[in-house]
Amino acid sequence: MLRPRIIPCLLVHNGGLVKTVNFTNPKYVGDPINAVKIFNEKEVDELIVLDIDATAQNREPDYGRIRNLAAECRMPLCYGGGVKTVEQVERIISLGVEKVAVSSAAISDPDLVAQSAEVVGQQSVIVVMDVKKNGRGDMYELTTHNGARATGMFPVDFAKKIEHLGAGEVVINSIDNDGVMKGYDLDLVHKIRDAVNLPITVLGGAGSLNDIAQLISTFGIVGASAGSLFVFKGKYRAVLINYPSRVDKDALIEQSIEKRHE
Amino acid sequence: MIAIVNYGLGNVQAFANIYKRLNIPALVASTPDEVSEAEKIILPGVGAFDWSMTRLNESGMREALEEAVVGKGKSVLGVCVGMQMMAKRSDEGVLDGLGWIDAEVRRFDETSFTQTTHLPHMGWNTICPDNGNPMLANFSNGARFYFLHSYYFQCKTETDTIAVTEYGIRFSSAVNCGNIYGVQFHPEKSHQWGVQLLKNFADL
Repeated sequence: MLRPRIIPCLLVHNGGLVKTVNFTNPKYVGDPINAVKIFNEKEVDELIVLDIDATAQNREPDYGRIRNLAAECRMPLCYGGGVKTVEQVERIISLGVEKVAVSSAAISDPDLVAQSAEVVGQQSVIVVMDVKKNGRGDMYELTTHNGARATGMFPVDFAKKIEHLGAGEVVINSIDNDGVMKGYDLDLVHKIRDAVNLPITVLGGAGSLNDIAQLISTFGIVGASAGSLFVFKGKYRAVLINYPSRVDKDALIEQSIEKRHE
Repeated sequence: MIAIVNYGLGNVQAFANIYKRLNIPALVASTPDEVSEAEKIILPGVGAFDWSMTRLNESGMREALEEAVVGKGKSVLGVCVGMQMMAKRSDEGVLDGLGWIDAEVRRFDETSFTQTTHLPHMGWNTICPDNGNPMLANFSNGARFYFLHSYYFQCKTETDTIAVTEYGIRFSSAVNCGNIYGVQFHPEKSHQWGVQLLKNFADL
């Protein structure tokens, strides 16, 4: 049976790994390659690496860095950040990356999703939606440029659109919950899950393995991604790369799936 | 020496790293000579069918590859779209496949699924091996592999399938026909289980 995936998400800023809160205040947490080496030993299900500078600084993806990361990863790697063209998607896949994430470029040029799928295959084209509640807190909206620019678009409509265009997965990234470690925004996930049949990965808010268990018992086969949870330990947020052992992960998944079927 | 065919897609370095850790000689092959000189060959891949066929055709290595596999009968392992390229054709494209195995690549048909599943098939799944094939030896219970695909390999000859996986339907997740092997999943990204499979291929 296909299993839900538990996925560390690493943010790259000024060449180092950082962790943000609500997409701001990046805190340095270490060297990307070292983190990958540790996650290799921990046999993580997948890894997401997002370069949070590329789009904000309007620059190209750092191909040298991506090649080094891909060569080090013993788990599937999804790269995102600054990807705007089909040629870039193609080049990143050729560097040994399994999945390429697009975000702001998919919003301004949705055909990028269709054209990329044509070349690298639907399974490797991932769309990240950075979602924020509006000022009144009653509506979700898509944003770009690390949450700085509102688009006026609704996540549900956009998810349907990119599914139709041939995306292979949607990553729901909640800005409101980013770094807060108080749990995922399940309401937002429900809305997207009901709208599309694509695999979904949820990012933003996981503060404990219980939050991941809750996501899995609610949605079954889903990607549960987290940043803070896997790089910080304890209430003082000491930097410590961590991930459940195989036995703990198997138990967590098994119990969550059982709970789902109750 | 195992040659990992570097035709511009797939994580060739991940295969090379695993063989290095296992102390098994392997090289990333980018020329026809490097393919010809190898004892065994791995054809990796991440990409759409036509794009992958085009890249292989343009790599200059296709002729050497066919001579080694079809002419000389050297063992070859196709991975993901590298496996799918060994079929005659694919629903994903219009170009001919290599045609080494009598098979077609089909798109998953959600309407025929017996349970609700999402597409593409993405993540860790188990395989149900047909016992006895050395390619699938020495796996503990609970062995799992990383899958990432929307199309599956459909063999014309039932005995070419050496493992099946369940995702909406049962499909061939590993195949073997003579010296030709293919796996739909990514052994180079499947932790210890993938390492075991790549070791099995080296030990054939």
